[in-house]
Amino acid sequence: MSIDALRQTLSLRALPAPDNASRHYWQSAAEGRLVVQRCTSCDVYQFYPRALCASCAGETEWVDASGRGTLYTFTVIRQNRSEAFAALSPYAVGIVELEEGVRMMSNIVECDVEELEVGMALEVLILKAADDVGLPFWRPVTG
Amino acid sequence: MGSREPVIVGIGWSDYPVAPQLDAMDHHALALQRALADCGLDKSDIDGYMCAGTGFSRNVDDAPNMAEYLRINHRWIDGTSVGGSTFEFYVQHAAAAIEWGLCDVVLVTYGSDMLSRMGRLLGTSTFSTGSTRVQGPAQYESCWGNVLAGGYAMAARRHMHEFGTTPEQLAEIAVGVREFAGLNPFAQYRDPITVDDVLTSRMIADPLHKLDCCVISDGGGAFIMATKERARDLAKPPVYVLGAAGAQTHWTISQMPDFTTTAAAQCGPEALGRAGVRPEDVDTIQMYDSFTITVLLLLEDLGFCKKGEGGQFVETGVLRRGGRQPLNTDGGGLSACHPGMRGIFLINEAVRQLRGEGGEAQVPDCEVAVACGSGGSLSCIATVVLGKDGRS
Repeated sequence: MSIDALRQTLSLRALPAPDNASRHYWQSAAEGRLVVQRCTSCDVYQFYPRALCASCAGETEWVDASGRGTLYTFTVIRQNRSEAFAALSPYAVGIVELEEGVRMMSNIVECDVEELEVGMALEVLILKAADDVGLPFWRPVTG
Repeated sequence: MGSREPVIVGIGWSDYPVAPQLDAMDHHALALQRALADCGLDKSDIDGYMCAGTGFSRNVDDAPNMAEYLRINHRWIDGTSVGGSTFEFYVQHAAAAIEWGLCDVVLVTYGSDMLSRMGRLLGTSTFSTGSTRVQGPAQYESCWGNVLAGGYAMAARRHMHEFGTTPEQLAEIAVGVREFAGLNPFAQYRDPITVDDVLTSRMIADPLHKLDCCVISDGGGAFIMATKERARDLAKPPVYVLGAAGAQTHWTISQMPDFTTTAAAQCGPEALGRAGVRPEDVDTIQMYDSFTITVLLLLEDLGFCKKGEGGQFVETGVLRRGGRQPLNTDGGGLSACHPGMRGIFLINEAVRQLRGEGGEAQVPDCEVAVACGSGGSLSCIATVVLGKDGRS
């Protein structure tokens, strides 16, 4: 998945409708920052964002994520006829485990799909998809 | 247990796998008629109703709509809808309602015209695309172009990484189930397949091939539960609900806490424990086979083998026809039918086996069956233990 091809089709994706819990997350990404919630009582990080700590029902605060993680698992989609993905196939959908311990789904980009490996080190690459939405892609750490 | 011990008294299927002449409501209606004919109850005997809308069709077949359409005069109703395992949850809920005396005769119906109305899109199309913004937890997944099969594929990949499970081992599950499909005249695919056939079929979402994935079909079913006492003068011997339990770990796949362990690790031992049954006591396993990996995870979580050893376990042939614990004796979702939410077929097939009505696919001396459903994306799991005899 080349970055240029990605950028051209970003707006065709089924983008999120930010809600009270997620608005800050998507808006921060639109501004190039990856943020996650942390509980002010039990210190547990969580993703996705919620109106409470899903562990202890406490309050949460937003913290900047390091933007580094590892590939927990992945699949390769060989065929997708939708406008947003037809030109990108085959492409990787993965679950990324962030350094903070939370996991998120994303596309693994700037990597041949045959080179993907569970456990590989990744870094975030945020692309703006709309005024209120940035999408955190992940790519192998280089150098 | 007293005379209110919950039992399954009647089962019925509509037509599958391809029934273009039926819409979803037709499937509900036909299955109901056949379940009544199976047990000899009158429609007016029904005083409890359970139904979940499929969400896959233009039909509106949720519980209150269908209760009106079928004109069910119910004292108790439940529309729990947790995906394919809904019907295993229903056995648990209905058993409790019957034991409590909230109702005496519970009807469960299901119907789907998914193949005829929508084609083969469920597993391999993106959930949504284009201009509509996505709300709720799906908003964190919809933008990545994942498909339903992709979630299961990621579980399979993780299982391979942690335990060395092989594509050949997963394929063995599809091969064994296909053998039973060959004995079911209604099954969608009946020709025998080999492990090599599975591995050379088109890759859908790595590492899952086309033949690792369930079919897409039309179909429907119904079953009727009542008390042991009520079953005495009915047409067929009752099948006893020995244990039932359900649990949930997540709904959207990216929230799955551990991609190699499902909620069956909780509800499986709970259901077996209630029944006083050990995994090795089970004569046949009816297990949700949306994908081959689904079966592998559920087998491990229910305790048929240790976590991580599912691959070796299936290779022993224990689940095959003639094996010690035959799996999905109607040909399963992998080969017989999968109209979207297949859980009702697991219950009906378990009942058929326990009654000794399995024909060529009959498991010898079948006294205890397990039906384990998986709904969502390995999310909501329920386990039902059924017996030819009661807990006495």
